[in-house]
Amino acid sequence: MSRHKDIRNLDYNEVVDEYDQAYDDDDPEPTPEERVIMANGTAEIRSMLAGEASKVTKAQIEEALWHYYFDVDKAAAYLVSKFIAPKPKKTPQNGDEYAIPMVSHIATPNTSRESFAHLFRDLPWGNIPKDRETVFIAPQRPRGGLLGGSGAAPRMSKLQMLAAARKQKAEEKNAQEKVEQTRVKMAELAVDEKSRVKENVPLAGAFSKRLKTSESTAEGRMPLADAESTAIELPHQRMADVPETSTTTASLLTTSASSETPTHIIPEPQREPPVAAAQPSAFARTLFGPPPPPKPQLAEFFSPYPSLPPSVIEAFSKPSPDDVVLTAQAKAGKKTKKKGSSSTDAVTSEVKALKIEDAPLPKSRNLNVLSEFENSKKKKTASFVVVGHVDAGKSTMMGRLLLDLGVVDQRTVDKLRQEAEKIGKTSFALAWVLDQRSEERARGVTIDIATNRFETDKTAFTILDAPGHRDFIPNMIAGASQADFAILVIDASTGAFESGLKGQTREHSLLIRSMGVSRIVVAVNKLDTVGWSQERFEEIKHQVHGFLSGTGFQSKNIAFVPLSGLRGDNLVRKTTEPAAGWYTGPTLVEELENSEPSARALSKPLRMTISEVFRTPQSPLSISGRIDAGSLQMGDALLVQPSGEKAYIKSLMMDEEPTDWAVAGQNVVIHLSNIDPMHVRVGDIICDPAKPIQCLDTFTLKALAFDFLMPMQVDVHRGRLHAAGKIEAIDALLDKVTGSVIKKKPKVVKPASVARIRVTLASKVPLEAGQRVVLRSGGETVAAGLLE
Amino acid sequence: MQLVSKKGVLAAAVESETGVTLIATEPEDMWHANNLIAVGDMVKAPANRKVIQTSATGTTISERVQTMLTIKVTSTFFDPAASALHVSGTVAVENQYVNLGQYHTLDLELNRAFTIYKSFGWDSVALQTLQEALDDDKPDATVAIVMHEGLANICLITDFQTLIKHRVESAIPKKRSSAKDTAGGMTTFYEKTLSTLLRSGINFDTPRPLLLASPGFVAQDFRAYMQAEATRRADKQLQRIARDAVLVHSSTGYVHSLNEILKSPEVQATMRDKRFINESVLMDKFYAMLRSDDGRAWYGVKPVEKAIAEGAVGRGGGVLMINNGFFRSLDIPTRKRFVALVDKVKEDGGEAKVLSSDHESGQRLDALGGIAAILTYPLFDLDEDEDDEGGAGAGEGAEGDESTTII
Repeated sequence: MSRHKDIRNLDYNEVVDEYDQAYDDDDPEPTPEERVIMANGTAEIRSMLAGEASKVTKAQIEEALWHYYFDVDKAAAYLVSKFIAPKPKKTPQNGDEYAIPMVSHIATPNTSRESFAHLFRDLPWGNIPKDRETVFIAPQRPRGGLLGGSGAAPRMSKLQMLAAARKQKAEEKNAQEKVEQTRVKMAELAVDEKSRVKENVPLAGAFSKRLKTSESTAEGRMPLADAESTAIELPHQRMADVPETSTTTASLLTTSASSETPTHIIPEPQREPPVAAAQPSAFARTLFGPPPPPKPQLAEFFSPYPSLPPSVIEAFSKPSPDDVVLTAQAKAGKKTKKKGSSSTDAVTSEVKALKIEDAPLPKSRNLNVLSEFENSKKKKTASFVVVGHVDAGKSTMMGRLLLDLGVVDQRTVDKLRQEAEKIGKTSFALAWVLDQRSEERARGVTIDIATNRFETDKTAFTILDAPGHRDFIPNMIAGASQADFAILVIDASTGAFESGLKGQTREHSLLIRSMGVSRIVVAVNKLDTVGWSQERFEEIKHQVHGFLSGTGFQSKNIAFVPLSGLRGDNLVRKTTEPAAGWYTGPTLVEELENSEPSARALSKPLRMTISEVFRTPQSPLSISGRIDAGSLQMGDALLVQPSGEKAYIKSLMMDEEPTDWAVAGQNVVIHLSNIDPMHVRVGDIICDPAKPIQCLDTFTLKALAFDFLMPMQVDVHRGRLHAAGKIEAIDALLDKVTGSVIKKKPKVVKPASVARIRVTLASKVPLEAGQRVVLRSGGETVAAGLLE
Repeated sequence: MQLVSKKGVLAAAVESETGVTLIATEPEDMWHANNLIAVGDMVKAPANRKVIQTSATGTTISERVQTMLTIKVTSTFFDPAASALHVSGTVAVENQYVNLGQYHTLDLELNRAFTIYKSFGWDSVALQTLQEALDDDKPDATVAIVMHEGLANICLITDFQTLIKHRVESAIPKKRSSAKDTAGGMTTFYEKTLSTLLRSGINFDTPRPLLLASPGFVAQDFRAYMQAEATRRADKQLQRIARDAVLVHSSTGYVHSLNEILKSPEVQATMRDKRFINESVLMDKFYAMLRSDDGRAWYGVKPVEKAIAEGAVGRGGGVLMINNGFFRSLDIPTRKRFVALVDKVKEDGGEAKVLSSDHESGQRLDALGGIAAILTYPLFDLDEDEDDEGGAGAGEGAEGDESTTII
């Protein structure tokens, strides 16, 4: 016969009886206020449970409410879990929560008491029939859990879950420091766990309150309580330091024994739960402290581990199971970290092995470029092309402009002048500011577009100094395609104006108009050579105005400035020449400031024609050009057409300063990465990989003929792009104004008429509808038009 | 090209049933052969053929045999760069290795005789081509380098074709802050071009003209570079080449700029007698007449056919221009139609020029549809029935007014 039965037979009944009486006493006698609250709560729970309300009785609800001290939500949750949708795992035996096991005790005190009385009444001592023999069940965990001061197992599982989550996280993160962070977090978590133990306090608090309320009605149990309190007096005094813990454990214990006296609770009811209280619970100490000799049975009853030696106290002097678990967890956390780091090491090394490119892809900052642009308080930017007949003084004028504006210092110009003197071309010194190629200097002719910048108070300007010589018109077209407006330089000296008008003055103005430039400033240059003659100026003005309006420029978009590029009169400063006193209008720079740059296609897909490809310290492949449409930012992927190769923007420069983004209309230098330089050529287009530009070898053009057009070989120019092709067929002759078809398949197209022509190219080039294309043949511009 | 005939007389060979046997001696003869061999002709030539023989036991032996094959031509392929002509067709004469109707592609080789049988006889165009092919008096081909910054086309201009031997492309850094890069880039470009020219297999042992054409100063600078290099290397031949080079202006470096080059006074002066110059001049004349729109220049099959039917291409300046490529690819009835046109023009006393489509002038003619005519007297509205609309006349009138004001 085991001692278990002994204990049960003898002491349990008595003690429980005693306790139950006390318990019964306070149960049926709630105060009137409580009744009201109870009624309200019951109604509320029923409404909360709605459809399921029929599954629970009023008594059950009230019991739950009472138990949870009228906390409707908790009671409802309990009811749902207990009666409506019981979860098998959350049975009281698990000791998952404090509430449930306790409720089970509270809810069934009568039956359990009765059963004990019945069970052994008619039994012969020692000769128990098989059917009456008890089946041993493992000691109920709740008590164990309570004894430990916490439900160790569930805490552990939560922790494990967390640990597992951390582990996963750690594995996902490659970097070592991330793992370190995780480890730190893990340590924090261990602390968290300790404090979390305390989180059950509110519940306990409720019980303690309830104990208080029940006190008044439970006078009868005081003697026993007294006895008990004496029995555990010593521990109680120890508990004084940790009253909250005592409250918790005490209140929890109400189920098995009303061990608590109010005296221990009342003195400090409002005290906050202390944080550092995760040692062996005070109750455990109380419980397992040296049992007082008069009540050895009681001690035995309370212990589910009857054979526990007094050394248990010793056990509790060691770190509590919680602590053990937490330290273990912390260690485990460290382990995960190590594991994680080793695996990430492996992964990173593998990835490194896989990598071909050394340079990582540039990181995009994912800016909303358009809104950035709107928010930026930058000066407006504009670019203008300087065109005119050869030797009209374009480069010299621009050199002077840069000198007067202080972009170029006098020393540089003096140096250039010395160099120019050496080869007997002193007058070219200013032009050399822009003409830097040796051939250009040796021959005194601009060959390629020269780019420079200057800023006024309002605007940042980009100069595109175009060559005037007819052989370099392809370069001039490249420049004009990047410009917002144009300066047409006219040589006013006798004879030069007339020859210019027949020459490139005419062709250039036709070209810039057909490239879409609508604003033009006519700089009547070298007026000093004709003594600032107003007649000459007016004559030129009249002729050029007539010619320009014939070309398609509106009168309001044409401005005339008399000036001297070499001397700088009316360029930046007003002329001081008395002979030029008749002119009171704005200077060239003022005229430029009055010019509004054309609208930019900001929201369209990115298009940029590469006007220069070069090598810089920043990147082996840098390109420059003006963004025709759309926007770009650092880290963007780009598609280079026609090669179809992808590249990334390593960095961006605008006005020789690094920037993060750029929009249409701005002249930028882009440093590319992840592309071979052989795939990038001048005249190529970079575009958005998502919306690439098509490469065509046949296209239809609505063209304005400047010369006779017939099926013939032509050069196709679009910006820097220069390709050989031929007019395959002339589809139709169109009406200039209405665009309707006048004649189908004409044999030949006369100058100044509009026709729809089909052009075939020798190779595929990036082109799309709406682009402006110039056709040239035999060194003459024969047509310009819009791609259809 | 040599004629292999017992009598050595072209007329006899053409009339005989045995066909015309020829030996190609120069690469360009292949080009002539390409023009001579039309679809439907029979060609007999030595051939290499892989023959698979199956024995009684089923084992197969594959061997290459050399045999004489006669095929009925279905297509020809001419590779101008390699001057190789491949003639495909079905076997017309059976022998021990091949059966009738099997396909074979003959690779015509230099210095090996081949025989052409014309199933419908030799027409006038074919005879003229044959005569040209057999003409021994051939001037040297002209070497021309057409270039602009970063692009150079090295061409060989023969009487009958313009061969693009090489194309040199080089990225020239554009003008940025330092001009050094550009100068360096140009030097690299010249260096590349020169070494390509010398490697191209063009023989400069006997003096031959070299045309250097470019816009701007590229050609000039290239010649200067050649001279500098010749001096540095002490290369007499290169010095001579550089000295003899003719500088011509062209607007671009593309091959079609050869037109400008060939009509330039420098070239006209030195190479007046060359056939390709004449063709080029003729095309320019045609374009000029087209611009003036006096009703004497017409292009396209239908208008030209009509004009010839009216006898407008005749004595006193009438010229018919047809691309030889036009004849090459035609089926026999259509070919006969165009041969008849040529004959009619000749009958009327006009000139009939078969232009080489492998020249720039031929390319220009190709753009016009491969056939064009200069009429002796103006004819209007030859293209009338090509228009679907009746409103064409009004447009024509408007054009006429415009042309007077603008030119």
